[in-house]
Amino acid sequence: MTEQFEPRILGFLCNWCSYAGADLAGVSRMSYPTNIRIIRTMCSGRVDPLHVLEAFRQGIDGVLVTGCHIGDCHYINGNHACEKRVKFLSEVLPQIGIEPARLRLEWVSASEGGKFAQVVKEFVEEIKKLGPSPLRKELQTSV
Amino acid sequence: MIMAKAGLVIGAGIAGIQAALDLANQGFTVYVVEKNPSIGGRVAQLDKIFPKLDCAPCMITPRMVEVGRHPNIRLLTYSEVKEVRREGKNFKVKILRKSRYVDENKCTGCGACAQLCPIEVANDFDERIGMRNAIYIPFPQAVPLIYTIDKEHCLECELCKNVCKIGAINHQQRPEEMEIEVGAIIVTTGYNLFDARREEEYGFGLYDNVITGLALERLLNVSGPTGGRVVRLSDGRIPKKIAFIQCVGPRDEKSGNVYCSKVCCMYATKQAELLKKHIPGVDVTIYYMDIPTFDKKFKESYQKAQSEFGIRYVKAKLVKVLEKPLNNNLLICGENIDSGEPIENEVNMVVLSTGLVPAAINDFAKILPLKIGEDKFFVVVNPEIDSVTTNVDGVFVAGVAESPKDIAESVTQASAAATKATVLLTY
Repeated sequence: MTEQFEPRILGFLCNWCSYAGADLAGVSRMSYPTNIRIIRTMCSGRVDPLHVLEAFRQGIDGVLVTGCHIGDCHYINGNHACEKRVKFLSEVLPQIGIEPARLRLEWVSASEGGKFAQVVKEFVEEIKKLGPSPLRKELQTSV
Repeated sequence: MIMAKAGLVIGAGIAGIQAALDLANQGFTVYVVEKNPSIGGRVAQLDKIFPKLDCAPCMITPRMVEVGRHPNIRLLTYSEVKEVRREGKNFKVKILRKSRYVDENKCTGCGACAQLCPIEVANDFDERIGMRNAIYIPFPQAVPLIYTIDKEHCLECELCKNVCKIGAINHQQRPEEMEIEVGAIIVTTGYNLFDARREEEYGFGLYDNVITGLALERLLNVSGPTGGRVVRLSDGRIPKKIAFIQCVGPRDEKSGNVYCSKVCCMYATKQAELLKKHIPGVDVTIYYMDIPTFDKKFKESYQKAQSEFGIRYVKAKLVKVLEKPLNNNLLICGENIDSGEPIENEVNMVVLSTGLVPAAINDFAKILPLKIGEDKFFVVVNPEIDSVTTNVDGVFVAGVAESPKDIAESVTQASAAATKATVLLTY
Protein backbone atom coordinates (compact mmCIF):
# COMPACT_ATOMS: atom_id res chain seq x y z
CA MET A 1 0.00 0.00 0.00
CA THR A 2 1.90 3.06 -1.24
CA GLU A 3 -0.98 5.48 -0.85
CA GLN A 4 -0.71 7.65 2.26
CA PHE A 5 -3.24 6.84 4.92
CA GLU A 6 -5.85 9.60 5.24
CA PRO A 7 -7.81 9.07 8.43
CA ARG A 8 -11.52 9.72 8.67
CA ILE A 9 -12.41 11.66 11.78
CA LEU A 10 -15.76 12.56 13.23
CA GLY A 11 -16.18 15.75 15.27
CA PHE A 12 -19.01 16.40 17.71
CA LEU A 13 -19.07 20.18 18.29
CA CYS A 14 -21.33 21.99 20.71
CA ASN A 15 -23.47 24.73 19.18
CA TRP A 16 -22.52 27.56 21.55
CA CYS A 17 -18.75 27.47 21.83
CA SER A 18 -16.96 24.99 19.61
CA TYR A 19 -19.14 25.19 16.51
CA ALA A 20 -18.79 28.97 16.64
CA GLY A 21 -15.05 28.48 17.21
CA ALA A 22 -14.80 26.23 14.15
CA ASP A 23 -16.81 28.82 12.24
CA LEU A 24 -14.32 31.47 13.34
CA ALA A 25 -11.45 29.29 12.11
CA GLY A 26 -13.24 29.05 8.78
CA VAL A 27 -14.12 32.68 8.30
CA SER A 28 -10.66 33.74 9.50
CA ARG A 29 -9.27 31.55 6.68
CA MET A 30 -7.20 29.32 8.94
CA SER A 31 -6.41 26.03 7.30
CA TYR A 32 -6.75 22.68 8.99
CA PRO A 33 -6.88 19.13 7.62
CA THR A 34 -10.03 18.17 5.78
CA ASN A 35 -10.14 14.75 7.42
CA ILE A 36 -12.72 15.88 9.95
CA ARG A 37 -16.47 15.68 9.41
CA ILE A 38 -18.42 17.80 11.84
CA ILE A 39 -21.72 17.10 13.54
CA ARG A 40 -23.20 19.97 15.49
CA THR A 41 -24.87 19.09 18.79
CA MET A 42 -26.62 21.62 21.00
CA CYS A 43 -24.30 20.70 23.89
CA SER A 44 -21.31 18.44 24.37
CA GLY A 45 -23.51 16.80 27.00
CA ARG A 46 -25.76 15.61 24.16
CA VAL A 47 -23.02 13.29 22.89
CA ASP A 48 -24.15 9.85 23.98
CA PRO A 49 -21.48 7.14 24.44
CA LEU A 50 -23.53 5.16 21.94
CA HIS A 51 -22.93 7.84 19.27
CA VAL A 52 -19.21 7.41 19.71
CA LEU A 53 -19.35 3.62 19.79
CA GLU A 54 -21.56 3.52 16.70
CA ALA A 55 -19.08 5.73 14.85
CA PHE A 56 -16.26 3.35 15.74
CA ARG A 57 -18.40 0.35 14.79
CA GLN A 58 -18.86 1.83 11.35
CA GLY A 59 -15.11 2.14 11.00
CA ILE A 60 -14.24 5.75 11.83
CA ASP A 61 -10.56 6.30 12.71
CA GLY A 62 -11.00 8.91 15.41
CA VAL A 63 -13.67 10.87 17.26
CA LEU A 64 -13.15 14.43 18.48
CA VAL A 65 -15.60 15.85 21.01
CA THR A 66 -15.36 19.56 21.79
CA GLY A 67 -17.44 21.73 24.08
CA CYS A 68 -17.46 24.93 26.10
CA HIS A 69 -14.79 25.41 28.74
CA ILE A 70 -15.70 24.11 32.19
CA GLY A 71 -17.88 26.76 33.85
CA ASP A 72 -19.02 28.17 30.50
CA CYS A 73 -21.67 25.59 29.60
CA HIS A 74 -24.92 27.16 28.43
CA TYR A 75 -26.82 24.33 30.05
CA ILE A 76 -24.93 24.75 33.35
CA ASN A 77 -23.18 21.36 33.55
CA GLY A 78 -23.52 19.60 30.20
CA ASN A 79 -19.76 19.61 29.68
CA HIS A 80 -19.23 17.99 33.10
CA ALA A 81 -21.46 15.14 31.96
CA CYS A 82 -19.55 14.94 28.70
CA GLU A 83 -16.23 14.75 30.55
CA LYS A 84 -17.51 11.83 32.63
CA ARG A 85 -18.76 9.97 29.56
CA VAL A 86 -15.50 10.42 27.68
CA LYS A 87 -13.61 9.15 30.72
CA PHE A 88 -15.91 6.15 30.83
CA LEU A 89 -15.51 5.56 27.11
CA SER A 90 -11.73 5.69 27.25
CA GLU A 91 -11.94 2.78 29.71
CA VAL A 92 -14.35 0.84 27.52
CA LEU A 93 -12.64 1.36 24.16
CA PRO A 94 -9.56 -0.84 24.84
CA GLN A 95 -11.91 -3.71 25.62
CA ILE A 96 -13.25 -3.62 22.06
CA GLY A 97 -9.77 -3.30 20.65
CA ILE A 98 -9.64 0.43 20.05
CA GLU A 99 -6.84 2.63 21.36
CA PRO A 100 -8.24 5.23 23.79
CA ALA A 101 -6.16 7.90 21.99
CA ARG A 102 -8.65 7.64 19.10
CA LEU A 103 -11.16 9.53 21.24
CA ARG A 104 -10.25 13.03 22.27
CA LEU A 105 -12.08 15.67 24.32
CA GLU A 106 -11.12 19.35 24.06
CA TRP A 107 -12.61 22.61 25.28
CA VAL A 108 -12.79 25.25 22.54
CA SER A 109 -14.54 28.59 23.01
CA ALA A 110 -16.11 30.69 20.26
CA SER A 111 -13.12 33.03 20.17
CA GLU A 112 -10.58 30.22 19.90
CA GLY A 113 -10.64 29.63 16.15
CA GLY A 114 -6.88 29.19 16.17
CA LYS A 115 -7.06 26.61 18.91
CA PHE A 116 -9.67 24.62 17.02
CA ALA A 117 -7.49 24.49 13.90
CA GLN A 118 -4.52 23.45 16.06
CA VAL A 119 -6.48 20.72 17.85
CA VAL A 120 -7.66 19.23 14.55
CA LYS A 121 -4.13 19.34 13.12
CA GLU A 122 -2.64 17.59 16.14
CA PHE A 123 -5.39 15.00 16.31
CA VAL A 124 -5.08 14.11 12.62
CA GLU A 125 -1.31 13.74 13.05
CA GLU A 126 -1.81 11.47 16.02
CA ILE A 127 -4.35 9.28 14.21
CA LYS A 128 -2.04 9.07 11.21
CA LYS A 129 0.62 7.63 13.52
CA LEU A 130 -1.87 5.13 14.93
CA GLY A 131 -2.96 4.02 11.47
CA PRO A 132 -6.42 2.91 10.38
CA SER A 133 -8.88 1.78 13.01
CA PRO A 134 -8.66 -1.96 13.71
CA LEU A 135 -12.41 -2.20 13.20
CA ARG A 136 -12.16 -0.56 9.80
CA LYS A 137 -9.62 -3.17 8.71
CA GLU A 138 -11.93 -5.90 9.91
CA LEU A 139 -14.86 -4.37 8.08
CA GLN A 140 -12.87 -4.20 4.87
CA THR A 141 -11.73 -7.81 5.09
CA SER A 142 -15.23 -9.02 5.86
CA VAL A 143 -16.51 -7.21 2.76
CA MET B 1 -56.56 33.29 11.11
CA ILE B 2 -55.13 36.18 13.05
CA MET B 3 -53.60 38.90 10.91
CA ALA B 4 -50.42 40.42 12.21
CA LYS B 5 -48.40 43.53 11.50
CA ALA B 6 -44.65 43.72 11.25
CA GLY B 7 -42.40 45.10 13.97
CA LEU B 8 -39.27 47.22 13.72
CA VAL B 9 -36.17 46.94 15.89
CA ILE B 10 -33.67 49.78 15.64
CA GLY B 11 -30.15 48.76 16.64
CA ALA B 12 -28.98 45.15 16.62
CA GLY B 13 -26.87 44.77 19.71
CA ILE B 14 -27.63 42.14 22.31
CA ALA B 15 -30.91 43.85 23.25
CA GLY B 16 -32.06 44.36 19.67
CA ILE B 17 -31.17 40.77 18.80
CA GLN B 18 -33.17 39.47 21.75
CA ALA B 19 -36.21 41.62 20.93
CA ALA B 20 -36.08 40.61 17.25
CA LEU B 21 -35.78 36.91 18.04
CA ASP B 22 -38.59 37.05 20.60
CA LEU B 23 -40.92 38.62 18.04
CA ALA B 24 -39.80 36.48 15.12
CA ASN B 25 -40.09 33.24 17.06
CA GLN B 26 -43.74 34.08 17.74
CA GLY B 27 -44.33 34.34 14.00
CA PHE B 28 -44.21 38.12 13.56
CA THR B 29 -42.26 39.66 10.72
CA VAL B 30 -39.50 41.84 12.12
CA TYR B 31 -37.39 44.44 10.37
CA VAL B 32 -34.03 44.94 12.06
CA VAL B 33 -32.16 48.12 11.18
CA GLU B 34 -28.48 48.38 12.10
CA LYS B 35 -26.26 51.28 11.11
CA ASN B 36 -23.01 49.28 11.17
CA PRO B 37 -22.02 46.71 8.54
CA SER B 38 -22.53 43.87 11.05
CA ILE B 39 -24.93 43.15 13.87
CA GLY B 40 -23.68 42.16 17.32
CA GLY B 41 -23.03 45.55 18.86
CA ARG B 42 -20.82 45.99 21.89
CA VAL B 43 -21.09 42.43 23.22
CA ALA B 44 -19.39 41.15 20.06
CA GLN B 45 -16.34 43.21 21.06
CA LEU B 46 -16.08 41.72 24.54
CA ASP B 47 -13.88 38.84 25.63
CA LYS B 48 -15.52 37.57 28.79
CA ILE B 49 -18.70 38.40 30.67
CA PHE B 50 -18.85 39.08 34.41
CA PRO B 51 -19.39 37.67 36.98
CA LYS B 52 -18.85 34.09 35.79
CA LEU B 53 -16.20 34.95 33.19
CA ASP B 54 -18.26 33.28 30.47
CA CYS B 55 -16.90 33.64 26.96
CA ALA B 56 -18.79 36.49 25.27
CA PRO B 57 -18.56 35.32 21.64
CA CYS B 58 -19.99 31.93 22.72
CA MET B 59 -23.13 33.77 23.72
CA ILE B 60 -23.52 36.35 20.98
CA THR B 61 -22.32 34.66 17.77
CA PRO B 62 -24.87 31.82 17.67
CA ARG B 63 -27.57 34.43 18.27
CA MET B 64 -26.22 36.61 15.48
CA VAL B 65 -26.31 33.64 13.12
CA GLU B 66 -29.88 32.89 14.21
CA VAL B 67 -30.96 36.45 13.39
CA GLY B 68 -29.10 36.30 10.08
CA ARG B 69 -31.01 33.29 8.83
CA HIS B 70 -34.38 33.59 10.59
CA PRO B 71 -37.20 33.32 8.03
CA ASN B 72 -39.21 36.03 9.81
CA ILE B 73 -36.42 38.58 10.15
CA ARG B 74 -35.60 41.12 7.43
CA LEU B 75 -32.11 42.24 8.32
CA LEU B 76 -31.20 45.73 7.08
CA THR B 77 -27.58 46.34 8.02
CA TYR B 78 -25.57 49.42 7.10
CA SER B 79 -28.89 51.27 7.13
CA GLU B 80 -30.39 54.14 9.05
CA VAL B 81 -33.89 55.21 9.93
CA LYS B 82 -34.51 58.56 8.26
CA GLU B 83 -38.14 59.34 8.94
CA VAL B 84 -41.02 57.98 10.96
CA ARG B 85 -44.56 59.03 10.13
CA ARG B 86 -47.65 57.92 11.99
CA GLU B 87 -50.51 56.63 9.89
CA GLY B 88 -53.49 55.64 11.97
CA LYS B 89 -52.20 53.09 14.41
CA ASN B 90 -49.20 52.24 12.25
CA PHE B 91 -45.89 53.83 11.43
CA LYS B 92 -44.51 54.49 7.96
CA VAL B 93 -40.75 54.30 8.28
CA LYS B 94 -38.26 55.54 5.70
CA ILE B 95 -34.98 53.68 5.80
CA LEU B 96 -31.78 54.75 4.09
CA ARG B 97 -29.75 51.83 2.86
CA LYS B 98 -26.23 53.24 2.66
CA SER B 99 -24.21 51.88 -0.21
CA ARG B 100 -21.66 49.22 0.64
CA TYR B 101 -20.40 49.39 -2.97
CA VAL B 102 -20.73 45.60 -2.78
CA ASP B 103 -23.82 43.75 -3.97
CA GLU B 104 -25.39 42.16 -0.89
CA ASN B 105 -27.01 39.41 -2.93
CA LYS B 106 -23.83 38.41 -4.71
CA CYS B 107 -21.02 38.74 -2.13
CA THR B 108 -20.07 35.41 -0.58
CA GLY B 109 -17.60 36.87 1.91
CA CYS B 110 -14.67 34.99 0.36
CA GLY B 111 -12.32 37.84 1.24
CA ALA B 112 -10.26 37.78 -1.95
CA CYS B 113 -10.83 41.53 -2.30
CA ALA B 114 -9.48 42.43 1.14
CA GLN B 115 -6.30 40.45 0.51
CA LEU B 116 -5.47 42.68 -2.44
CA CYS B 117 -6.63 46.01 -1.02
CA PRO B 118 -3.54 48.23 -0.59
CA ILE B 119 -5.10 50.43 2.10
CA GLU B 120 -4.88 49.70 5.82
CA VAL B 121 -6.66 51.80 8.41
CA ALA B 122 -7.38 51.43 12.11
CA ASN B 123 -10.34 49.16 12.82
CA ASP B 124 -12.98 50.74 15.03
CA PHE B 125 -14.21 47.30 16.03
CA ASP B 126 -10.78 46.64 17.59
CA GLU B 127 -10.95 50.04 19.30
CA ARG B 128 -8.41 51.22 16.73
CA ILE B 129 -5.69 48.82 17.91
CA GLY B 130 -5.96 46.40 14.98
CA MET B 131 -6.07 47.23 11.29
CA ARG B 132 -8.51 46.59 8.48
CA ASN B 133 -8.50 47.25 4.74
CA ALA B 134 -10.58 49.85 2.92
CA ILE B 135 -12.80 46.97 1.78
CA TYR B 136 -13.59 45.13 4.98
CA ILE B 137 -15.72 43.17 7.34
CA PRO B 138 -15.36 44.51 10.90
CA PHE B 139 -14.57 41.05 12.34
CA PRO B 140 -14.43 37.51 10.93
CA GLN B 141 -17.78 36.40 12.41
CA ALA B 142 -19.70 39.38 11.03
CA VAL B 143 -23.35 38.80 10.20
CA PRO B 144 -24.13 39.23 7.36
CA LEU B 145 -20.78 38.14 5.97
CA ILE B 146 -20.69 40.83 3.29
CA TYR B 147 -17.81 43.15 2.59
CA THR B 148 -18.16 46.94 2.69
CA ILE B 149 -16.04 49.58 1.02
CA ASP B 150 -15.09 52.50 3.18
CA LYS B 151 -15.11 55.25 0.54
CA GLU B 152 -13.41 57.70 2.85
CA HIS B 153 -10.17 55.73 2.58
CA CYS B 154 -10.70 53.97 -0.76
CA LEU B 155 -8.33 54.87 -3.62
CA GLU B 156 -10.72 53.54 -6.28
CA CYS B 157 -7.83 51.50 -7.67
CA GLU B 158 -10.41 48.82 -8.55
CA LEU B 159 -8.05 45.95 -7.65
CA CYS B 160 -10.90 44.48 -5.63
CA LYS B 161 -13.29 44.80 -8.54
CA ASN B 162 -10.94 42.91 -10.83
CA VAL B 163 -10.29 40.07 -8.42
CA CYS B 164 -13.97 39.53 -7.54
CA LYS B 165 -14.96 36.58 -9.71
CA ILE B 166 -18.69 36.98 -9.21
CA GLY B 167 -18.70 40.70 -9.93
CA ALA B 168 -20.17 41.77 -6.62
CA ILE B 169 -18.23 45.02 -6.39
CA ASN B 170 -19.74 48.16 -7.83
CA HIS B 171 -17.92 51.39 -7.08
CA GLN B 172 -20.81 53.40 -8.51
CA GLN B 173 -23.50 51.92 -6.25
CA ARG B 174 -25.99 54.52 -5.00
CA PRO B 175 -27.66 54.58 -1.60
CA GLU B 176 -31.27 53.47 -1.69
CA GLU B 177 -34.34 54.47 0.24
CA MET B 178 -37.11 52.12 1.20
CA GLU B 179 -40.35 52.53 3.07
CA ILE B 180 -41.91 49.99 5.36
CA GLU B 181 -45.05 49.89 7.45
CA VAL B 182 -44.86 48.60 10.99
CA GLY B 183 -47.15 48.39 13.99
CA ALA B 184 -44.58 48.86 16.74
CA ILE B 185 -41.02 50.07 17.12
CA ILE B 186 -38.43 48.90 19.63
CA VAL B 187 -35.49 51.26 20.06
CA THR B 188 -32.31 49.55 21.21
CA THR B 189 -29.66 52.01 20.13
CA GLY B 190 -27.25 51.25 22.95
CA TYR B 191 -24.27 53.27 24.02
CA ASN B 192 -20.93 54.76 23.15
CA LEU B 193 -18.03 54.94 25.54
CA PHE B 194 -17.57 58.24 27.29
CA ASP B 195 -14.86 60.12 25.39
CA ALA B 196 -12.01 59.88 27.89
CA ARG B 197 -10.18 62.75 26.16
CA ARG B 198 -12.61 65.06 27.94
CA GLU B 199 -11.00 64.20 31.27
CA GLU B 200 -7.63 65.45 30.15
CA GLU B 201 -5.91 64.90 33.52
CA TYR B 202 -5.71 61.17 32.75
CA GLY B 203 -3.88 61.72 29.48
CA PHE B 204 -6.00 59.49 27.24
CA GLY B 205 -5.16 60.28 23.63
CA LEU B 206 -1.85 61.83 24.71
CA TYR B 207 -0.11 58.80 26.15
CA ASP B 208 -0.11 55.47 24.26
CA ASN B 209 -0.23 53.37 27.40
CA VAL B 210 -3.43 54.90 28.73
CA ILE B 211 -6.23 52.81 27.22
CA THR B 212 -9.96 52.34 27.77
CA GLY B 213 -11.55 49.25 29.25
CA LEU B 214 -13.03 48.30 25.88
CA ALA B 215 -9.57 48.47 24.25
CA LEU B 216 -8.23 46.15 26.98
CA GLU B 217 -11.12 43.84 26.17
CA ARG B 218 -9.88 43.60 22.58
CA LEU B 219 -6.32 42.95 23.81
CA LEU B 220 -7.56 40.15 26.07
CA ASN B 221 -9.57 38.51 23.29
CA VAL B 222 -7.93 35.50 21.60
CA SER B 223 -9.39 36.54 18.26
CA GLY B 224 -8.42 40.18 18.88
CA PRO B 225 -5.67 42.19 17.19
CA THR B 226 -2.87 40.77 19.38
CA GLY B 227 -4.20 37.22 19.58
CA GLY B 228 -4.94 37.55 23.29
CA ARG B 229 -1.56 38.95 24.35
CA VAL B 230 -1.84 42.02 26.54
CA VAL B 231 0.89 44.42 25.44
CA ARG B 232 1.72 48.09 25.84
CA LEU B 233 0.78 50.08 22.78
CA SER B 234 3.95 52.22 23.00
CA ASP B 235 6.52 49.43 22.66
CA GLY B 236 4.72 46.08 22.51
CA ARG B 237 6.17 44.96 25.86
CA ILE B 238 4.12 43.03 28.36
CA PRO B 239 3.10 45.28 31.26
CA LYS B 240 4.04 44.06 34.73
CA LYS B 241 2.24 46.74 36.70
CA ILE B 242 -1.22 47.90 35.71
CA ALA B 243 -3.58 50.40 37.31
CA PHE B 244 -7.30 50.83 36.71
CA ILE B 245 -8.96 54.21 37.22
CA GLN B 246 -12.68 53.93 37.93
CA CYS B 247 -15.50 56.37 37.19
CA VAL B 248 -13.95 58.10 34.18
CA GLY B 249 -16.88 60.04 32.81
CA PRO B 250 -19.77 59.04 35.00
CA ARG B 251 -20.44 60.43 38.45
CA ASP B 252 -18.64 63.58 37.49
CA GLU B 253 -20.36 66.95 37.39
CA LYS B 254 -17.61 68.37 35.23
CA SER B 255 -18.43 65.96 32.40
CA GLY B 256 -22.15 66.50 32.92
CA ASN B 257 -22.80 62.83 33.66
CA VAL B 258 -23.92 62.55 37.24
CA TYR B 259 -25.33 59.03 36.88
CA CYS B 260 -23.44 55.83 37.71
CA SER B 261 -22.70 53.65 34.66
CA LYS B 262 -23.33 50.55 36.73
CA VAL B 263 -21.07 48.12 34.85
CA CYS B 264 -17.59 49.64 35.26
CA CYS B 265 -16.79 48.26 38.73
CA MET B 266 -17.65 44.78 37.66
CA TYR B 267 -15.91 44.90 34.29
CA ALA B 268 -12.75 46.29 35.91
CA THR B 269 -12.85 43.46 38.48
CA LYS B 270 -13.36 40.95 35.67
CA GLN B 271 -10.53 42.40 33.60
CA ALA B 272 -8.21 42.51 36.61
CA GLU B 273 -8.83 38.81 37.18
CA LEU B 274 -8.27 38.05 33.49
CA LEU B 275 -5.01 40.02 33.57
CA LYS B 276 -3.84 37.94 36.52
CA LYS B 277 -4.52 34.85 34.43
CA HIS B 278 -2.91 36.23 31.26
CA ILE B 279 0.26 37.70 32.78
CA PRO B 280 1.80 35.66 35.61
CA GLY B 281 2.92 37.84 38.52
CA VAL B 282 1.27 41.01 37.25
CA ASP B 283 0.53 43.68 39.83
CA VAL B 284 -2.97 45.17 39.52
CA THR B 285 -4.33 48.13 41.48
CA ILE B 286 -7.82 49.54 41.10
CA TYR B 287 -8.34 53.16 42.13
CA TYR B 288 -11.98 53.72 42.93
CA MET B 289 -14.47 56.08 44.59
CA ASP B 290 -16.61 53.20 45.77
CA ILE B 291 -17.50 49.73 44.49
CA PRO B 292 -21.27 49.24 44.46
CA THR B 293 -21.45 45.46 43.97
CA PHE B 294 -25.20 45.17 44.29
CA ASP B 295 -26.20 42.11 42.29
CA LYS B 296 -26.17 38.38 42.79
CA LYS B 297 -22.62 36.99 42.63
CA PHE B 298 -21.09 40.47 42.25
CA LYS B 299 -19.97 40.90 45.85
CA GLU B 300 -18.54 37.37 45.82
CA SER B 301 -16.62 38.16 42.66
CA TYR B 302 -15.24 41.36 44.23
CA GLN B 303 -14.15 39.51 47.37
CA LYS B 304 -12.60 36.72 45.33
CA ALA B 305 -10.65 39.27 43.32
CA GLN B 306 -9.02 40.46 46.51
CA SER B 307 -8.57 37.22 48.45
CA GLU B 308 -7.83 34.79 45.63
CA PHE B 309 -6.23 36.95 42.95
CA GLY B 310 -4.55 39.55 45.18
CA ILE B 311 -5.95 42.56 43.34
CA ARG B 312 -5.52 45.76 45.32
CA TYR B 313 -8.43 48.16 45.65
CA VAL B 314 -7.49 51.68 46.75
CA LYS B 315 -10.12 54.28 47.56
CA ALA B 316 -8.57 57.36 46.08
CA LYS B 317 -9.03 60.82 44.67
CA LEU B 318 -6.70 61.03 41.69
CA VAL B 319 -5.32 64.32 40.45
CA LYS B 320 -3.22 63.52 37.42
CA VAL B 321 -1.54 60.85 35.33
CA LEU B 322 1.88 61.82 33.99
CA GLU B 323 4.03 60.02 31.45
CA LYS B 324 7.75 59.40 32.01
CA PRO B 325 9.27 60.26 28.63
CA LEU B 326 12.15 57.74 28.76
CA ASN B 327 10.28 54.50 29.37
CA ASN B 328 6.67 55.59 28.71
CA ASN B 329 5.72 54.51 32.23
CA LEU B 330 2.91 56.41 33.87
CA LEU B 331 2.95 58.16 37.21
CA ILE B 332 -0.36 58.23 39.05
CA CYS B 333 -0.70 61.12 41.49
CA GLY B 334 -3.47 61.60 44.00
CA GLU B 335 -4.60 60.99 47.53
CA ASN B 336 -5.56 57.82 49.35
CA ILE B 337 -8.95 58.67 50.88
CA ASP B 338 -8.79 56.01 53.63
CA SER B 339 -5.35 56.85 54.98
CA GLY B 340 -5.10 60.46 53.79
CA GLU B 341 -1.65 59.79 52.42
CA PRO B 342 -0.51 60.99 49.00
CA ILE B 343 -0.31 58.46 46.15
CA GLU B 344 2.59 58.42 43.75
CA ASN B 345 2.60 55.14 41.86
CA GLU B 346 4.60 54.33 38.74
CA VAL B 347 2.91 51.75 36.49
CA ASN B 348 3.43 50.33 32.99
CA MET B 349 -0.13 50.71 31.81
CA VAL B 350 -3.28 52.57 32.86
CA VAL B 351 -6.78 51.34 32.06
CA LEU B 352 -9.58 53.88 32.26
CA SER B 353 -12.92 52.39 33.24
CA THR B 354 -14.91 54.74 31.06
CA GLY B 355 -18.62 55.08 31.56
CA LEU B 356 -21.46 54.62 29.11
CA VAL B 357 -23.15 57.45 27.26
CA PRO B 358 -26.24 56.88 25.13
CA ALA B 359 -25.48 56.60 21.35
CA ALA B 360 -27.88 57.92 18.69
CA ILE B 361 -29.84 60.28 20.97
CA ASN B 362 -29.39 63.52 19.02
CA ASP B 363 -30.27 62.03 15.65
CA PHE B 364 -33.25 60.36 17.14
CA ALA B 365 -34.93 63.32 18.73
CA LYS B 366 -35.60 64.67 15.24
CA ILE B 367 -36.97 61.42 13.87
CA LEU B 368 -39.08 60.21 16.77
CA PRO B 369 -40.43 62.66 19.33
CA LEU B 370 -39.14 60.56 22.23
CA LYS B 371 -38.60 62.27 25.53
CA ILE B 372 -34.96 62.50 26.57
CA GLY B 373 -33.93 63.00 30.17
CA GLU B 374 -31.33 65.38 31.58
CA ASP B 375 -28.89 62.48 31.57
CA LYS B 376 -29.59 62.09 27.79
CA PHE B 377 -31.10 58.61 28.14
CA PHE B 378 -34.59 57.92 26.80
CA VAL B 379 -37.30 58.48 29.36
CA VAL B 380 -39.94 55.87 30.03
CA VAL B 381 -43.34 57.00 31.21
CA ASN B 382 -43.56 55.01 34.36
CA PRO B 383 -40.10 53.78 35.35
CA GLU B 384 -41.19 52.20 38.64
CA ILE B 385 -43.48 49.64 37.10
CA ASP B 386 -42.77 49.70 33.37
CA SER B 387 -39.28 50.25 32.06
CA VAL B 388 -40.03 49.93 28.33
CA THR B 389 -43.05 52.09 27.37
CA THR B 390 -42.19 55.56 26.07
CA ASN B 391 -44.23 58.72 25.64
CA VAL B 392 -44.90 57.78 21.98
CA ASP B 393 -47.62 55.17 21.57
CA GLY B 394 -46.24 52.04 19.98
CA VAL B 395 -42.58 52.84 20.63
CA PHE B 396 -40.62 50.94 23.28
CA VAL B 397 -37.03 51.16 24.45
CA ALA B 398 -34.68 48.55 25.84
CA GLY B 399 -31.04 48.12 26.70
CA VAL B 400 -28.57 50.84 27.55
CA ALA B 401 -30.49 53.37 25.44
CA GLU B 402 -32.90 53.57 28.39
CA SER B 403 -30.37 53.54 31.24
CA PRO B 404 -26.96 52.02 31.98
CA LYS B 405 -27.26 48.30 32.61
CA ASP B 406 -25.45 45.04 32.15
CA ILE B 407 -26.07 42.34 29.54
CA ALA B 408 -28.47 40.24 31.61
CA GLU B 409 -30.65 43.26 32.35
CA SER B 410 -30.57 44.46 28.74
CA VAL B 411 -31.78 41.10 27.50
CA THR B 412 -34.56 40.95 30.08
CA GLN B 413 -35.71 44.44 29.16
CA ALA B 414 -35.61 43.58 25.46
CA SER B 415 -37.85 40.58 26.06
CA ALA B 416 -40.24 42.80 27.99
CA ALA B 417 -40.32 45.30 25.14
CA ALA B 418 -40.99 42.52 22.64
CA THR B 419 -43.89 41.26 24.75
CA LYS B 420 -45.43 44.75 24.92
CA ALA B 421 -45.00 45.09 21.18
CA THR B 422 -46.80 41.82 20.39
CA VAL B 423 -50.00 43.29 21.86
CA LEU B 424 -49.94 46.01 19.22
CA LEU B 425 -48.87 43.73 16.39
CA THR B 426 -51.86 41.40 16.68
CA TYR B 427 -55.15 42.63 15.28
